[in-house]
Amino acid sequence: MIEAPTAAGTQSAAPPVWNAADVRRDFPILHHVDRPVAYLDNAATSQKPDAVIAATTRYYKSANANIHRGVYRLSVEATDAFEAARTKVAAFIGAPDRDELIFTGGCTESINLVAMTWGLENLRKGERIILTQMEHHSNIVPWQLLAQRTGAVIEVVPISAAGELDIGAYQQLLTQKAALVAVTHISNVLGTINPIAVMSKMAHEHGAKILVDGAQSVPHMPVDVKQLGCDFFAFAGHKMCGPTGIGGLWAPRGILEAMPPYQGGGDMISTVEFAGSTWNKIPHKFEAGTPNIAGAIGLGAAVDYLSHLDMRQVAHIEAQLLAYAEKQLQTIPGLRFVGAAADKASVISFTLDGIHPHDIGTILDQEHVAIRTGHHCCQPLMDFYHIPATARASLAFYNTPADIDALVNGLRRVIEVFA
Amino acid sequence: MSDLRDLYQQTIIDHTRRPRNFRPMPDADHHARGHNPLCGDRLELYLKLSGDRITEATFTGAGCAISTASASMMTEAVKGRTIAEAQLLFEKFRILLTTPIHENVSLDGLDKLEVFGGVREYPVRVKCATLAWHTLEAALKRDDHEAKTE
Repeated sequence: MIEAPTAAGTQSAAPPVWNAADVRRDFPILHHVDRPVAYLDNAATSQKPDAVIAATTRYYKSANANIHRGVYRLSVEATDAFEAARTKVAAFIGAPDRDELIFTGGCTESINLVAMTWGLENLRKGERIILTQMEHHSNIVPWQLLAQRTGAVIEVVPISAAGELDIGAYQQLLTQKAALVAVTHISNVLGTINPIAVMSKMAHEHGAKILVDGAQSVPHMPVDVKQLGCDFFAFAGHKMCGPTGIGGLWAPRGILEAMPPYQGGGDMISTVEFAGSTWNKIPHKFEAGTPNIAGAIGLGAAVDYLSHLDMRQVAHIEAQLLAYAEKQLQTIPGLRFVGAAADKASVISFTLDGIHPHDIGTILDQEHVAIRTGHHCCQPLMDFYHIPATARASLAFYNTPADIDALVNGLRRVIEVFA
Repeated sequence: MSDLRDLYQQTIIDHTRRPRNFRPMPDADHHARGHNPLCGDRLELYLKLSGDRITEATFTGAGCAISTASASMMTEAVKGRTIAEAQLLFEKFRILLTTPIHENVSLDGLDKLEVFGGVREYPVRVKCATLAWHTLEAALKRDDHEAKTE
């Protein structure tokens, strides 16, 4: 059996059966645009392979109909394609039951769904919602809205300078009326891979539920929600080669069945009378209205594509690329890495002494290198490091050492301009 | 593709590295905070007035090269001008940054500020260059609210 590599590549893995050069031709944007770009903003969104673009186009061209309604053949085909996508996506994250996978508009909506259904139903005044210093705004603000409405109190797990969670402090926080832990699997700024399985076990020992923001993990490593042991798992389609506007929420059947509905409308009901309505069974209870059918089908195609590549190989190739990038970037004078966790995914945040990240971003753009600059929707994390912003290069399996070289040469140009 | 030097002119680099009038003014007559939510740039502007004439302008804060140089050069440019003259200067500055052809509008009087003409080619950076000026407007209105570029 092939041992799964960690994202940091510390374990040995089978040699890759493909390399970035092989897969790049699957991504039209990487070779069809007039001006090829070293695309290093994968944590913001991934590029889309032909297979995904074709699947959404095929749906609109030859199978477009609403789902779960029509008795005619086209509607049945659309329904089948939509539900087949659910089965694939559920399997991809290790969900034991396909009905436990709810399609949402994205990771943000998945988190808001939990806050506004499970959260409103279960949280009491004074109970604690435990977040961490490295959360994305989308895993902070929904909980603030919930806290305002319930009187629950938000606590924050601190991090070390290297960007690792203080598990001792987490343990302490769990002893004080903890009701829910909401934590990112991988930091979109630091690349830190958090020890979710351990954190889930600890949360459960104190009677708390745990929600995991998997936006940055599902695209870059094998994910199995059973192994993670969490109660809610949220993720985004567009960061894992799928279309925008589609994402997922997983939770065990028992939790989902006990939760009140999210939005009301068609498809989520069983019966409707003015005296009162009854709800459809899961997952439909949480999917009111016509969903993003093309998006779900596209995400199903993305999952097929990634499964074919094998997420263990994806993680292995990205770990090699990360090691190369970190080595090359160390040669840039005045470059400081932000985040140095032992277990780290292929996200590299950095600053350059005396040069603002936005100036870095503009100059790199002139050098045909696309990176993200700013606070990355993580203002509390920027405050922790006492910086207004970072420059961030985030890598995907289709990036090559040549992309890294373009980044490094671009950074030398930045320093020249400011010399 | 425009040359990077059109944006990062030597004057701009110089003002970024050694911003002029970069200090708080405890006895300022007018004061306002500026914030660009997009990139997190923040600055505080302090003014002293004699009648309707700006006699002193200083700033503090942290931002990118464009916003820092713009604030620095603005404090130099508005010193000695009346409020109305400063407002007219902002109007011309805005046209310089956003209008491709400005033959119908006289941009005389911008003088050194014309080095920001290169920003026109970088629409996402226009707000960096105007942050200080929005903050100036807020300060002159004695507006205690934060001036925002968004």
